[in-house]
Amino acid sequence: MNPFSSGTRLRDMIRAIRSCKTAAEERAVVRKECAAIRAAISENDQDYRHRNLAKLMFIHMLGYPTHFGQMECLKLIASSGFPEKRIGYLGLMLLLDERQEVLMLVTNSLKQDLNHSNQYIIGLALCALGNICSAEMARDLAPEVERLLQFRDPNIRKKAALCSIRIIKKVPDLAENFINPAASLLREKHHGVLITGVQLCTDLCKVSSEALEYFREKCTEGLVKTLKDMANSPYAPEYDIAGITDPFLHIRLLKLLRILGQGDADASDCMNDILAQVATKIESNKNAGNAILYECVGTIMSIEDNGGLRVLAINILGRFLSNRDNNIRYVALNMLMKAITVDAQAVQRHRATILECVKDSDASIRKKALDLVYLLVNESNVKPLTKELIESLEASDQEFKGVLTAKICSLVEKFSPEKIWYIDQMLKVLSEAGNFVKDEVWHALIVVISNASDLHGYSVRALYRAFQTSTEQETLVRVAVWCIGEYGDMLVNNVGMLDIEEPITVTESDAVDALEVSIKRLNSDLTTKAMALIALLKLSSRFPSCSE
Amino acid sequence: MIHFVLLISRQGKVRLTKWYSPYSQKERTKVIRELSGLILTRGPKLCNFVEWRGLRVVYKRYASLYFCMCIDEDDNELEILEIIHHYVEVLDRYFGSVCELDLIYNFHKAYFILDELLIAGELQEPSKRTVARLVAAQDSLVETAKEQTSSITNIIAQVAK
Repeated sequence: MNPFSSGTRLRDMIRAIRSCKTAAEERAVVRKECAAIRAAISENDQDYRHRNLAKLMFIHMLGYPTHFGQMECLKLIASSGFPEKRIGYLGLMLLLDERQEVLMLVTNSLKQDLNHSNQYIIGLALCALGNICSAEMARDLAPEVERLLQFRDPNIRKKAALCSIRIIKKVPDLAENFINPAASLLREKHHGVLITGVQLCTDLCKVSSEALEYFREKCTEGLVKTLKDMANSPYAPEYDIAGITDPFLHIRLLKLLRILGQGDADASDCMNDILAQVATKIESNKNAGNAILYECVGTIMSIEDNGGLRVLAINILGRFLSNRDNNIRYVALNMLMKAITVDAQAVQRHRATILECVKDSDASIRKKALDLVYLLVNESNVKPLTKELIESLEASDQEFKGVLTAKICSLVEKFSPEKIWYIDQMLKVLSEAGNFVKDEVWHALIVVISNASDLHGYSVRALYRAFQTSTEQETLVRVAVWCIGEYGDMLVNNVGMLDIEEPITVTESDAVDALEVSIKRLNSDLTTKAMALIALLKLSSRFPSCSE
Repeated sequence: MIHFVLLISRQGKVRLTKWYSPYSQKERTKVIRELSGLILTRGPKLCNFVEWRGLRVVYKRYASLYFCMCIDEDDNELEILEIIHHYVEVLDRYFGSVCELDLIYNFHKAYFILDELLIAGELQEPSKRTVARLVAAQDSLVETAKEQTSSITNIIAQVAK
C-alpha cells in the first residue's frame, strides 16, 4: 500500500473509530490517520485534500488537536472548484477562530469569492465572513458586502444582510454606510430577505443612534404595515408553523418595533393597533403562538404607555403563569420581573399565582418565582406573603430551603411592622429550617429580643414551646437555650403574659432539664453546648434550689 | 444572538459544534464539558432553559440527541425552541427520517444545512423548502464536479494505457 496515501475513506475512518472499545484504541486509530494526513500535507497531495480535511474535522470534534490542518483549509479555499471551496470554508469555520492570525490570509480569497460568477460561491464566502471575521477583515471587505446587499439574487441579499451584522458589531464606525441599504431591504417581499433585513436594522439601531432616528422616522409606518399584512395573511404553506404565517418574521418585526417605539410617543402611537391585534388574535395553544405573544408583551411593556395595552399584556402573562407548560411559566416570570419596574401594581394582582410557582416542581421556576416575590413585598403585603413563603418552606427540598430561608429572613427584617410579628416569624423559620439560618441572622434575633423588654416573657415561653416540639434545628436550640438562661425566671413564673398567650406550666427543674437535653443531644456542636453551659450557670444563680 | 450551537448525545459525545462568538479552542472544550454536565443531568419534566454564566441555554432533546443553543438574556427563548425545531425538520427532510447515525457519518452535511439556517448567530431563512432547495442545488454542484473529474480521469487512464 502506498504509505503516502491516506487510504481510508471518511466513512471507513469513522466506522473504525466508533468500533474502538477503549480510549487507547481510539487514540491509536486517530494517531495513524493524523500521521497519514500529515504526510499527505507535506507531499502537497491534491487528490485527497478534500477528504483529509473532512477527516480532520471529525477528529477535531472528538477533541484532538488539529492545527496542522489549518493551512489545508486555505489551500482548498484557494482552489477553483466548488466542492473544494465548500469543504475548505467549512473547515475554516470549524478549525479556526477569529483570534488566529492565519485567518488574515484568507482575506484575499474571500475578496475574490465575493466577486465570483457562481452565486453559491459568493454565498460560501458571505457565510464564512459572517461567522468568523475579525475587525480587520470586516473593515477590508465591508464595501463588497455592502454592494451585495443589492445583488440580484435574494439568497445572496439575505446572507449579505447577516454578514453586515457581524461587520457593524466588529466595526461600529461602519454602521452609517449600511443604514440606507438596510432600509431598502425592509421593503422587500422575500421572507428570508425581510427577516435578515429587519435583524440588520435592529442591530444597527443598537450601535448607532443615527440609524435609530432614521429608521424611527422613515420606517416605522412601513414596518407596522408589514406586520399587519403578516398577521392578516392567508394560509401560506411554505411559511406556516402551527397555523401562523412565519412566526419568525412576526417576532423579528415586534423586536424592531420595540426599539423604535421605546422612548418615543409618536412611534409608539403608530403601533398600538397592530400590537393589540396580535395580542388578542394570536392563538396560544402552540409554542409558536406563545413565542409571538411573549415578544408582543415585551414590546408593549417597553414602549410608551398606553393603559389598555399594558393591562392586556399583563393579563397574557397572568394566563402564561397558569399554563401547564413549564417553559411558558418560566418566561412569564421572567417578563413579570421586567414588568415590575414599569407597572408594579398590575404585577401585584397576580401575586397568588406567583406564590404557587414558588412551590413548583421545577427548580428554575421556583427560583425565579422567589426572586419575583421578593421584589413584590412591601409594607402592606409583607404579612400574608411571609405566611405563604413559610408554608412553602415546609414543602421545599434541601437545595431550595437555603435560598428560601435567606430570602424570608431578609424580608422579615426589612419590612417588619412590629417586633412581636418579627419574633413569631423568625421562630417559625427557625423551627422549620434553622440549620439554614446564617449566624448574623440569629444574632440579630437575640439582640431584638433583648431590646424588647416587654416581650422577654413572651419570647422565652414561645421558644420553650418550640424547643419541646423540635430539637432538630441547631439554631433554634441555641436561641432557646440563650433565652432560657436569660429569662428563665419569667418562664417559670409566667411573667409578662400577653393576652394572646396560653398559660404554660414550667417548673424550675423543667427549665434545667431542657438545658441538659441541649447539651446531651447528639447533634449539638460546641457552640450550642457552650451556650447551654453558660445558660445553666445563669440559672444556677436564679434557681438556687436546683443547683445540682 | 445565538452564541453557539451544540449537539450532544446522551452519553456526552459531541456531534456538532458551531460558534458564533469568540471562544478559543481551550474555552470551547471547557464550555462543552460544563454544559454537558448541566444539561444531561436535568430531569425530563423540567423547563428547557438553563441559566449559565449570565447567558441562557435553550435545549431540546430529540431521541438520543440534545440540541442546545446559547442565547443572550434578553432573547426570546420560546423562539429559539422553534428555531431548533426548524433545524430538526430540515434535517429530517434531507436525510429522510433522520437519526443520530446520519449525523455522525454525514456531519459535514449537517453543518452545510446549519449554514443555510444561521449566520452570525441569527436566523437566515424561515422557509424549510428554500433551505432544502439551496442545499440540494449545492449538492448537485458537487455531484457534477465529481462526475467531471472521474470522466477526465477515465479519459486520461484510457490515453495512458
